[in-house]
Amino acid sequence: MNVETSVRVEDKLFYNRYLVDVGRPHVKVRAHTKPSPQLLALLKVCPARCYELNDKGQVEVTVDGCIECGTCRVIGEPTGDIEWSYPRGGYGVLFKFG
Amino acid sequence: MIEEKFDAIVVGAGMSGNAAALTMAKRGMKVLQLERGEYAGSKNVQGAILYADMLEKLIPDFRDDAPLERHLVEQRFWIMDDRSHFGVHYRSEDFNEERPNRYTIIRAQFDKWFSSKVREAGATVLCETTVTELARDANGKVIGVHTDRSDGEIQADVVVLAEGVNGLLGTRARLRERPKPDKVALAVKEMHFLPRETIEAHFNLKGDEGVVVEAAGTISRGMTGMGFIYANKECISIGIGCIVADFQRTGETPYGLLDCFKRHPSVAPLIEGSEVKEYSAHLIPEGGYKAIPQLYGDGWVVVGDAAQLNNAIHREGSNLAMTSGRIAAEAIVQVKSRCQPMTAANLSVYKKMLDDSFVIKDLKKHKDMPMLMHTNSQNFFLTYPQLVSKAMQNYVRVDGTPKAEKEKVTMKSFVNARSWTGLFGDAFRLARAWR
Repeated sequence: MNVETSVRVEDKLFYNRYLVDVGRPHVKVRAHTKPSPQLLALLKVCPARCYELNDKGQVEVTVDGCIECGTCRVIGEPTGDIEWSYPRGGYGVLFKFG
Repeated sequence: MIEEKFDAIVVGAGMSGNAAALTMAKRGMKVLQLERGEYAGSKNVQGAILYADMLEKLIPDFRDDAPLERHLVEQRFWIMDDRSHFGVHYRSEDFNEERPNRYTIIRAQFDKWFSSKVREAGATVLCETTVTELARDANGKVIGVHTDRSDGEIQADVVVLAEGVNGLLGTRARLRERPKPDKVALAVKEMHFLPRETIEAHFNLKGDEGVVVEAAGTISRGMTGMGFIYANKECISIGIGCIVADFQRTGETPYGLLDCFKRHPSVAPLIEGSEVKEYSAHLIPEGGYKAIPQLYGDGWVVVGDAAQLNNAIHREGSNLAMTSGRIAAEAIVQVKSRCQPMTAANLSVYKKMLDDSFVIKDLKKHKDMPMLMHTNSQNFFLTYPQLVSKAMQNYVRVDGTPKAEKEKVTMKSFVNARSWTGLFGDAFRLARAWR
């Protein structure tokens, strides 16, 4: 699995343009003590690696690099693990090529 | 509150939304189109291939000023294992025609142009506006939308939901289900820039000729998925996508797959020396015919990806989106011209018209394919590609082994891996689902 760790997603996100809506994240993780299998899946499947474990073993989301694909919504919304809205109009990722 | 009432509100400025807004505006309807991005296209992601026929039906002379990249003269299908690819390539001079059939495009640029045509036709296009909720009357009929602007409710006779695969409005309003992990694929893509002469040399092209590479095999590690490489003028779109449920099951990462695909010995030379300028991801509706939701109701219709109108087998999407947007708009125009209300009964003409088009006919034809691919992903995306690669290598490597013996070894490798029953079963199931 060295292959996976050698890919730095942060570097990829650096290519993109964002207008971050500071203080108004469009995705939220429900408070939990032990993450559900769905939440744990998001650590790997999110293509922008927005989901990470904190030192208490809980899943946290940082939406600044989100590319708004909706994968986490499809996995995490049915179980109530996450709340997903679109960013406010004009905010979020801005694709030059798309 | 915006006091004026519109004939129609279109939510989204992608392929289906633009097709719908353009068609209705051209017929003199008062159309408001709402788009959450800074400009039309700024949130839209696609490979991307444009099918000329479906756009010609909307804008016959689009070739005069649309931002097109390359017209396609060659299609490559690759079956890959970790070190090889077995390819079927079709290239024809016939595709160097006066009105080419398919083009590569860059969606952000194309959609901006498409949107300018919608404005020219007279529609009001409001960007940087996220629609938050559908407005309904006491009987549940959709009568407009609420946005994140302070304007409050905006009213219209009918709302066209062209909100894309991850459309929240329709699902929040319980008009359709949220896409399920086994019915959508997650694709990631990078844009690799190179001088155009380099691209032409790498892909054996001249002028504005283009090529598409579509690849399946061990690159998706046993998951249902595909990789793609599209040559644009000065950049290459390269990406890979797999069913979300498969990602969930395997714990593979999308960027990990893309990285391996890029480093594959058949792929790496094509993008060598390139500069990456964008990384994107998008969901693709893969459920096919069986995943299509209710398409119309009192005061609303749904089009494009939001309606799961995507042909995963033929990798067609934007043409189904454009066509469904146009047909929905034509249905609405019909209802309006008869001075009838936009009720579910009257709007049902949209579904009838869509059923008669290639959109539904094609999806119906392949209705069993998504399930077949999904339940047999290990065989179709891992076992068979490996067997094919071994068989080809055995066939072309000359080492003094008599051909009959070589053939016996190949046959044995297939039977050992899948058994006779398995082989015939797979062939039969594939033929039946394709039929």
